[in-house]
Parts: sequence; C-alpha cells; structure tokens
Amino acid sequence: MDTDTCAPGAVEPPDGPGPSAARAALLVLADGRFPAGGHAHSGGAEAAVKAGRIRDAATLEAFCRGRLHTTGLTAAGLAAAATAGLDPLDLDDAADARTPSPALRAAARRLGRQLTRAARAAWPSPELDALAAARPRGAHQPVVLGLAARAAGLAPLDAAYAAGYEAVSGPATAAVRLLSLDPFDATAVLAGLAPALDRVAHEAAEAARRAAFEGLDVLPAVSAPLLDIAAEQHAAWPVRLFAS
Amino acid sequence: MTSAVAGPAVDAGLRAAAHIVAAPDGRGGTGLPVLDGAGPFALRRLRPQGPEAHVRLVGAMSAPLGGDLLGLTVEVADGAALRFSTTAATIALPGRTGAPAAYDTRIHVGEGATLRWLPEQLISARGSDLRSTTRIELAPTARLVLREEQVLGRVGEDPGRLASRLTVRRAGRPLFDQELTYGPGAPGWDGGAVLGGHRAVGQLLVVDPAFEEHPVPPRLLGTTAALTPLAGPAVVVSAVAPDALRLRRLLDAGVTTVFDGDGGVRAFW
Repeated sequence: MDTDTCAPGAVEPPDGPGPSAARAALLVLADGRFPAGGHAHSGGAEAAVKAGRIRDAATLEAFCRGRLHTTGLTAAGLAAAATAGLDPLDLDDAADARTPSPALRAAARRLGRQLTRAARAAWPSPELDALAAARPRGAHQPVVLGLAARAAGLAPLDAAYAAGYEAVSGPATAAVRLLSLDPFDATAVLAGLAPALDRVAHEAAEAARRAAFEGLDVLPAVSAPLLDIAAEQHAAWPVRLFAS
Repeated sequence: MTSAVAGPAVDAGLRAAAHIVAAPDGRGGTGLPVLDGAGPFALRRLRPQGPEAHVRLVGAMSAPLGGDLLGLTVEVADGAALRFSTTAATIALPGRTGAPAAYDTRIHVGEGATLRWLPEQLISARGSDLRSTTRIELAPTARLVLREEQVLGRVGEDPGRLASRLTVRRAGRPLFDQELTYGPGAPGWDGGAVLGGHRAVGQLLVVDPAFEEHPVPPRLLGTTAALTPLAGPAVVVSAVAPDALRLRRLLDAGVTTVFDGDGGVRAFW
C-alpha cells in the first residue's frame, strides 16, 4: 500500500518473455502517435479544466501527480501483471472492480478495443487474439497494453512505464489544447514527474511479481474520487472536445 | 475468547480484537451468539428493529493511536440481519513511536443475509498514520449497505497519513476494490484529480442481487457527488465535500436516490 517506499532498482529481473532485449518496442508502444485512439481522451483534464481545478502549469502538475499515484499506479499494476502472464480475463475483472465509474469503464473498454486492433497488427499474438475473442467489446485498456507489451517481447516493468506515462501524458497534452497552455510548460511538467514515474512503475512491477504468487488482490487499487465523480459529469455534457 | 492485550513495551501499541457473530435466533429475528470485544472495542447490543440485530461500538473516539493493531471480525450467518454503528467518530491520532496504526476488519455475509455497516466518520488527525483494511466476502444472495466517511484533519488542521483499502468480493469474484491514500506520503492527494482541496470524502456502497433485474442508471448528485452502478449488482455513491456535515448530506441524498426508486431494493433500507 505504500506509494513511496519502492526505490528504482528494487525489482528483480522480469520473468516475462524476452527479458528486456526488446526495449525499442517500448518506444513504438508508448508513442503518442501509436494508432490506439488515446488522443481523443483527456484523462479527466477536460472536466477538471471546466471545474477550475486545472488552470495553469502548477495545477496541471498537481493533477497529473495525483493521477499518476492513483489510477496511474493501478493501471500500471494491471498492465505489468498482464505482461507477466497472469490471466487477462481475471485481470479484466479486477479492472472492473477498480473502476466504479461506468463512464470510465466504457472509456477503458473502448480504448482497449482500439489498442487491440493496433497491437494485433504490430505484434500478432495468439494471446491478443484470444482476449479479443473473449471480450469482443474490448477489454480494459491496461490489460490490453500489458498483453501487447508481452507480445512485443517487453517486460512487465516496461508495460508499467507505458501505463504510468499515459496517465500523465494524456492530461498534459489535453491541457495544451484546452487552456492554450504553452507546450514547453506542459513538457516541463512531464519531465518533472519523471522521477515519480520511475517509482510508480517499479512499485507496479513489484506488485505484479507478487501477484503471481499471492493473487490479484495485491495489485494496487488506488482510486481518485474526483476523477470518478468528474468522469460521470463529463459523460453527461452535450458537447465535449474529448471522449473522456 | 478475545481480549485487549497491552502490546509489548517495544512497540508501545495496543493490540485488540473483537468478534461479532449474528445468526438467526429461530424466532424470526437475529441473535448475537458472539459479541466479544475489549479495550477500544466496547460493543453494545441495541434494541433490535424487526429481524435486524443492532450492534453499536461505543467509546471508540481515542483509538487508534500510532502503533495500535486493531482487528474486527464479523460473521453474518445465512439468513441473519445485522446493523453496525458507532456512537462517535473514530479519530486516528499519532502514537509515541511514530509507528503506523493498523485497523483490520474482516466481514463475511452469508446467503440471504443482510448487513448494514454504518459507522460514524474516521478523522485523520495531524501526525497520525493509519492503515485501514476492510475485506468483505458476500454470498451470492447477501445484501450490504456500507458507509465510509473520511475527514482529513480536525477543524483547521492538516491531516495525518491515511491509507484505506476496501475490498468486496461477491460469490468469490471481485466486485469493488478501492484504495485511498491521503496526506503526507500520498503525492498529489490534494490536487485536482483526487480531492481538489476538499477535506471530507466518502462513499455509500449498496449491494443487492435485486439490482440485476432493476439496474440503477448513473446519476449526478450536485457537482461533487455521483451515484454509479458497478459492474456487478451494486451501486456506489461517491462524494467529496468541504466538511463532514456536507459530506453526510450528499451521501444521504444518494441513499434517497437509491432507495426511492421503483427497484426491488426499497424495503432493504
């Protein structure tokens, strides 16, 4: 449950396929231009801007830091566990239990479906095929992300990095459009969060390693009340720039 | 059977356990064959309401202190009905050693059984460090109402560190799993994604198999609260507020919304 005790390096070498030999594939998977539909989602930033909770670079930083250590950590744990080879359908159920907002469950499944399509083209895999067949309307995006990383020969820690980075890059990119924030300032926010992302990714990968022996309940389930509440409000808006 | 035992001098904390068993009494009501607690766990048997037994935890206000280890085990047997309440808010306070306190609650609700778990607020005082874990196993036909309210700091006070995990499994499957961390050591907890400057946060969880046939749509309750259906037969009202009083109002509004619908859960409240 500690969010700040896992130092980088505390994770043992991953036991996923192709130990860290395939690092370059992470650049493809985590690239904002990877055609998985993420650009259409603001990660809660659109609702937070409207409510005045994101106004400038400082409030964007606080928003992203909170999101990284809550739902970002949770997503990173699920992704790392999928890369480590834990059952993706059980992980999908665990993701449902960790997502009380139906708007966010729907968004996660929509993103999961789009990512499945892109990942099956990039790294064909019977495991991705099986998940797509079992969840035709889409599995939760972090589970698909972890399975895509596995198909690409990446390690659980790599998937945790990708999930954690998405948790902050989405809102930062959206804030540039929503607030006309200086892109240099938004990038500086992301750079400033890098050490925190290192810790979160390692904590998530360590939890995934334990989950293989102790069960999925040891995966992080950290939640952010305002993200859930605001997502429901956002879903009810008649006109939105972003899908979530 | 269980009792409060003063911890060894090295950790200067209290170790206490309590155990509640509610079971049908054979006359249409619910008996309490086990009601066992000591130290901070002074349990009182209140007048039952219809088939529902009522246990109230009294005098909980000064625990847990840092270093304390508190455990509460509750069994609601098949067909029983139990209400649990507390007389006052629970205040997490710093201990002498800086060690965290742990409050561990394990609950099992059997077939056709009902549990209404309605404690008062948990207040995280400055300098405190509490890890609260609540794990609930529900039989497929069990029903649950659970209210959880957290207040971060007493009036005008910064909060301590609070980490709480609520895990609800139904028929052996995960239904709701939520971890909340606030205060020092929880980066970004006060930012716009998590609490946005609010100091009271809470939820009301209702699990009832009747939701399978009478699903409740999501509903907004003002700008800082929402009622949402979970992926299983359950709904949760989530709210943040400036203070405990306004939080309770939001959760009460959520209760009204859930139970005034035309679904099959009305009689439950």
